Amino acid sequence: MIKQDALINGRLVLKVGPFNVRIKSAIPSVAEGIIPLYQDYPVLPSDSFADYFVRIFQPPGLRRFWRKQVLFAFDQFQPFKPLPFAQAFPFFEWGLNWCISGYSHKFLIIHAAVVEKYGRALVLPGEPGSGKSTLCAALVNSGWRLLSDELTLIDRHTGMIVPVPRPVSLKNQSIDLIKQHFPDAQFSETVHDTTKGSVALMKPLTLSIKAMAEEASPAVIIFPKFKKNAVFSLNKFAKAEAFMRLADLSFNYPVLGPLGFDALNGFVEKCTIYNFTYDGNLQQAMKYFDELVAGAGEK
Amino acid sequence: MRNKLTGRSVPLLVEYLVCKENKALLTEQEWELFLLQARAAGLIARLSIFARKKRYFSVPLYISNHFDAADVYFATQKRIVQWEIKLLAEAFSHLQLPLILLKGAAYAASGTGASDGRVFNDIDILVSQNCLEKVKSTLVWYGWVPEKLDAYDQQYYNRWMHELPPMHHIKRQTTLDIHHNILPRTSKLFSDSEKLIADIVRIPGTDFWTLKPEDMVLHSACHLFLGGEFENGLRDLSDMDLLLRQFSEERLDFFQKLVERGLELGFQQPLFYSLRYTKILLECPIPDNIFHELEQNKVNKLWMMDFLFLRALKPDHPSCNDRWTGFARWILYIRSHWLKMPLYLLIPHLLRKSWIRLMGKESL
Repeated sequence: MIKQDALINGRLVLKVGPFNVRIKSAIPSVAEGIIPLYQDYPVLPSDSFADYFVRIFQPPGLRRFWRKQVLFAFDQFQPFKPLPFAQAFPFFEWGLNWCISGYSHKFLIIHAAVVEKYGRALVLPGEPGSGKSTLCAALVNSGWRLLSDELTLIDRHTGMIVPVPRPVSLKNQSIDLIKQHFPDAQFSETVHDTTKGSVALMKPLTLSIKAMAEEASPAVIIFPKFKKNAVFSLNKFAKAEAFMRLADLSFNYPVLGPLGFDALNGFVEKCTIYNFTYDGNLQQAMKYFDELVAGAGEK
Repeated sequence: MRNKLTGRSVPLLVEYLVCKENKALLTEQEWELFLLQARAAGLIARLSIFARKKRYFSVPLYISNHFDAADVYFATQKRIVQWEIKLLAEAFSHLQLPLILLKGAAYAASGTGASDGRVFNDIDILVSQNCLEKVKSTLVWYGWVPEKLDAYDQQYYNRWMHELPPMHHIKRQTTLDIHHNILPRTSKLFSDSEKLIADIVRIPGTDFWTLKPEDMVLHSACHLFLGGEFENGLRDLSDMDLLLRQFSEERLDFFQKLVERGLELGFQQPLFYSLRYTKILLECPIPDNIFHELEQNKVNKLWMMDFLFLRALKPDHPSCNDRWTGFARWILYIRSHWLKMPLYLLIPHLLRKSWIRLMGKESL
């Protein structure tokens, strides 16, 4: 059970996948986001070791009252400019992503959603607007396990995908789309006018959180592309080309250097890879994904 | 000044920067504090080497993970630096000038102990004053472009400073600082850089040159104890500690030579401080008679300098601060300006800078 006063005093330590995260914030909207959306996560004793210490707080001075703002801090560093006060909770999510992607080089980290079924991982890399989060949200509400909607962590030593499940970030039209399809899904307040448009965070299913210590072996990579009125298409994608796309989408490939090359090479070798264009028909997409991942074991 | 959480009188991190075997910490909370302080001080990669290569202390798995990440980052930086200085060496061989590396790049190229886990951003080199124009115009052909400055800043650099405005590589975005001296021309301790250049040493088997060991220490000492920025103060002090340990092991009369050179160049004051604080904080094995020789050239108000430096040299983390830390850092910042420039130059310069800041303009 997450207690608000622990959050206010920086005594809240949550287990989020392989990381312990210490969170401190006295801002009500952060508590209103964290308490329901993270309610299934293990709460560790407040004197546990934390990998990351993050704070969301108001800057001092006039801006406390007039056109209110929030700041994000990692330790005592403030890597970002302040954002409008209303964006405090999404700011926490973005900031924590930044900490993980910048300081966890045990993993090769790719900007991709990743879900699991039949013990096999399906990876959905993609630039913003590709529809990866929408697909991810649909999949995890339809029997797939969420490993992450943003950060695919590939353990460099084992080649396995390590889950770091977090609330799924949905934008603009996809918020209503997912709410319509899955009326049981639980959402944070929608925050408008962010740099990404309107943003709402969807609570991951309890199952995904309970199983967050279970790693998954990489099996299928699908590069989704959402296009209105597009003809549905699914084509095999050459591995060498996919390698380059994934290196581009990786947060720490340049930092890892030769280690990154080896890890990415191993990852690509293990997977079958597809290019996928769709018009927003989630049911049809999910049916194909299921077949691909189910069949991935028999090759 | 005991810390509430740890009951220690020195910050936890400082204890683990001493080159000797240490006990492992006990609680998870202490390890977290260790990590926070190490990150603030930019010393995770160095501590990783102390713990795992030199086996000074052992760490739990959750710290190893962060050490691994820092090792990876450090290895990448090393690779980038090796590549950059190789390309620079080509340019300098074309110029028929020695490529003299300073600070982090010098430690990395010569593989001295001070390069262990030493993370840095810019490559610093030393060029004789009368070759500056030639070097600058040649480096442009190799892709190095000077930072754009307004006329005032340009003139300020040219007339008073000891380095050129930073240069950036147009493709690789790396930063190069070209120094023609180690202190600004206006500094009270200004010294002729030709004396340093006359004694440079070649790194065996390479086209890279560095200052000779004594000068390397003196440069580091001037940079830290005459400068006004201490965010990386502890890291620089640890560099100095490692240099002193290594050089004094290699040559028995090293400290003697160091003092002689310090006196010759007029750097006895920063040298005194660096020896004093590497000994106090990092237990550097410096013989007492060395201090006597330097103390003859009296350092004034030592209690006050202790008060300031012992605070400023701690990791820049709230757990290491007391109520005077901010004040000490501020005073040392003012002191650095005071040492850098006479008042008749400093006051107009600061007035101009604050005016620009007040008006919210980047340039006039």
